[in-house]
Amino acid sequence: MFGAGGGTSSYREIEETDLIILWGSNARETHPIFYHHVLRGVKNGARLYVVDPRRTASAEWAHLWLGLDVGTDIALANAVGREIIHAGLVNWQFVERATTGFEKYREAVEPYTLEWAEKVTGVPAWAIRQLAHDYARADRAELCWTLGITEHHNAVDNVFALINLALLTGHVGRYGSGLNPLRGQNNVQGGGDMGALPNKLPGFQDIEEDAAARARFEAAWGCTIQPKRGMHISQMFEAMASGNLRGLLVIGENPAQSEADAGRAARLLSQLDHLIVQDIFLTKTAELAEVVLPATASWAETEGTVTSSERRVQRVHRALVPPEGARDDIEILTELARRMGHDWGHLTAEQIWDECRSLSPMHRGMRYDRLEAMGGIQWPCPSEDHPGTPFLHGRLWKDPVEGPLAPFQPVQYEPPVDALSDEYPIRLTTGRRLEAYNTGVQSGRYHPPLAKGEHLHLAPEDMRALGLQEEERVRVVSRRGALEVPVHQDPALRPGLAFLSFHYPDQVNTNLLTVDRWDPKSGTAEFKATAIRVEKLAVPAQPAQDVQTMEVPT
Amino acid sequence: MNRGAAVEGRTVTVSIDGRPVEVEEGSTIREACVAAGVEVPTLCYLENLAPVNVCRVCVVELEGSRALVPSCSRKVEPGMQVRTDSPRVRQSRRMVLELLASATDLSAAGEEVHRWIEAYGAEPDRWGEPAPYTADAPTPGSAVTLEQPVKVDNPLYVRDYSRCILCYKCVEACGDQAQFTFAIAVAGRGFDAHISTEYDVKLPESACVYCGNCIGVCPTGALMFRSEYEMREAGTWDPQRQTVTDTICPYCGVGCTLELHVQDNRIVKVTSPLDREVTRGHLCVKGRFGFEFVQDRGSATP
Repeated sequence: MFGAGGGTSSYREIEETDLIILWGSNARETHPIFYHHVLRGVKNGARLYVVDPRRTASAEWAHLWLGLDVGTDIALANAVGREIIHAGLVNWQFVERATTGFEKYREAVEPYTLEWAEKVTGVPAWAIRQLAHDYARADRAELCWTLGITEHHNAVDNVFALINLALLTGHVGRYGSGLNPLRGQNNVQGGGDMGALPNKLPGFQDIEEDAAARARFEAAWGCTIQPKRGMHISQMFEAMASGNLRGLLVIGENPAQSEADAGRAARLLSQLDHLIVQDIFLTKTAELAEVVLPATASWAETEGTVTSSERRVQRVHRALVPPEGARDDIEILTELARRMGHDWGHLTAEQIWDECRSLSPMHRGMRYDRLEAMGGIQWPCPSEDHPGTPFLHGRLWKDPVEGPLAPFQPVQYEPPVDALSDEYPIRLTTGRRLEAYNTGVQSGRYHPPLAKGEHLHLAPEDMRALGLQEEERVRVVSRRGALEVPVHQDPALRPGLAFLSFHYPDQVNTNLLTVDRWDPKSGTAEFKATAIRVEKLAVPAQPAQDVQTMEVPT
Repeated sequence: MNRGAAVEGRTVTVSIDGRPVEVEEGSTIREACVAAGVEVPTLCYLENLAPVNVCRVCVVELEGSRALVPSCSRKVEPGMQVRTDSPRVRQSRRMVLELLASATDLSAAGEEVHRWIEAYGAEPDRWGEPAPYTADAPTPGSAVTLEQPVKVDNPLYVRDYSRCILCYKCVEACGDQAQFTFAIAVAGRGFDAHISTEYDVKLPESACVYCGNCIGVCPTGALMFRSEYEMREAGTWDPQRQTVTDTICPYCGVGCTLELHVQDNRIVKVTSPLDREVTRGHLCVKGRFGFEFVQDRGSATP
């Protein structure tokens, strides 16, 4: 946010705030220990709002659940913003001193009346009004979101719509008030921190705009760094389709099953001139590769660090001797470099980390021994006597404000790209279940009783309308693919909404259905909004074996 | 921790075994003892749970108080004179440990429990052989040992209530001290009191979400990883040969610290340290049980 990408608050603040909004987040299942902090907050008296198309396990604890239609987040957020302005609840002290662009924002949200928003989002006007007033009046408020916001074709606009609300009310930069994207993987934050983004060097230093940073890296590495951003994953698939990208090294990712429109992804991967996969398993992606490099498990078989959703850098340690032949990621990468003519010698995780500290100011004070002794440190930590930073952007409350002002970013509502029609009348949204994880590469090997196999969740009304029984197998058809799956009646869904996870791709390859239209700013695909129809099978329910088809429906 | 109306920064001085100790206002006597370097034995208290005052092992003698007081919950007041090792305290602790150990199988409890039994001279055998096992309720005036077969009803953990001392920790951890799932509670009263799921259904039919936070707080091994249980049954469980290594959970982005207990290069149990702000010792089903994927990596795909 406003520069470095990371949540602004600490988990501890969630327990001591007055109001918590989970927007597009089912943290009870997807971030269970974060939700412990939410529940402690609720126990301590905080009000909890959950904004989600489904009445999730998280929503069951909410004082108010706002069940919006999939992909109408900006319509809702702008209506909340307009209501705050019209009710005279803007935090002028903050807006006038610490922000820019309020007038443009006010003009942009003016058409988003409560009545209009009720029609578009499906959320009653009184509920939108109540959220707006409660959020604006709270002394402290935390706004948290997850992939319900970011897995859309307009992901970054969705995030801007939420940030605008925090700017309007001054709910950022203070203890107990902040903006928190909850990270989906144990080191997705750390990947960004380390520059695994198309336009950033480690420490969120911009590769195009920050010439001084480039010069520091050039001096340290003895090479020239192009002032030019690279591709994100969705652009890479476009480049594969156009034939401009012919070789790929995939490290610890399973895009053949995790990408939207998985049929297309697998096809493009198998058409490459050269595909190398570095993983701890022979994943479906690895099966397509010419070369597979067996790696060690980063969390249990190697040394290093990861960064959490509260920007806390923590050490991982080797607890197990890896299987024979599996090699540390560092060893594999240095060996690849050596074969390409660059001898980096034998490097330890700590040596690499110390180099990072020397080049990334926000990590400078995070010596390994300090990380151990302090149970992790939250960035930025600019010096070795710095305790780390529990919350960001306190500078916006300094007098005068330190650093650049925070800009309002007016955004407009656009419906999901995969439109509903008579042919595809049901909105499918996807997500995680408590006991499983992503494409099941990790979670597919333990057997919690909660795992009941994949089911298409349907609203009771739709089950009745389609004449379906619990566990009956149906055919699910989208504009890109079709599959068969048993159904489960789920009262958490409103009519017209369906849900599938993507945890069991070998049984039900959900991403055959999803749409590969991605956000131009973040590269994230719109996993959350697919138009489908559900067909009752002519023959009675078949045994639970997998039947999958990939033909494109006519 | 709930400090009541305590004012931050203010301190209180109390005397522990004749030595003055200065602690923050709102601290408990137990915390003052720990600050004074005095060990306080306890079974039902844990830093990450609110005290429930049931085991009575941590009682101390407080000058001016008729009864012994539980140090885990009694707040300090200025000038308190506390004795942790008086004959009365030793006698009380000895009795409590003796009675618990005579009625319950403590063989899988932590080594500190055995140390306390030794240190306080508790002799559970003094009460005679345990009464024979029976599934029936006792008639008044007779002694029985209720038969409580081990409950092995799911692949992740087992419940052996013959080891349960009813310390309530599992109920607290499942309830509003951590997990807020409320899958278990104390059912029955008096002799019949026991930990139960709703209507005593099997775990897979209950509200349980298999976070295992009940195992994490259990002091006697009544709740145990299936892996530990099976190794104990096979006689291969050997803490001496185990290493415990801190790392970070490989799943979502919350960043929970896992302690991997490893024996013969296999993860046999997962715990989480109590003193980390992120978890306070509590985990979810993936963090606690979802480690199998790093073991047996011979086969092709999961």
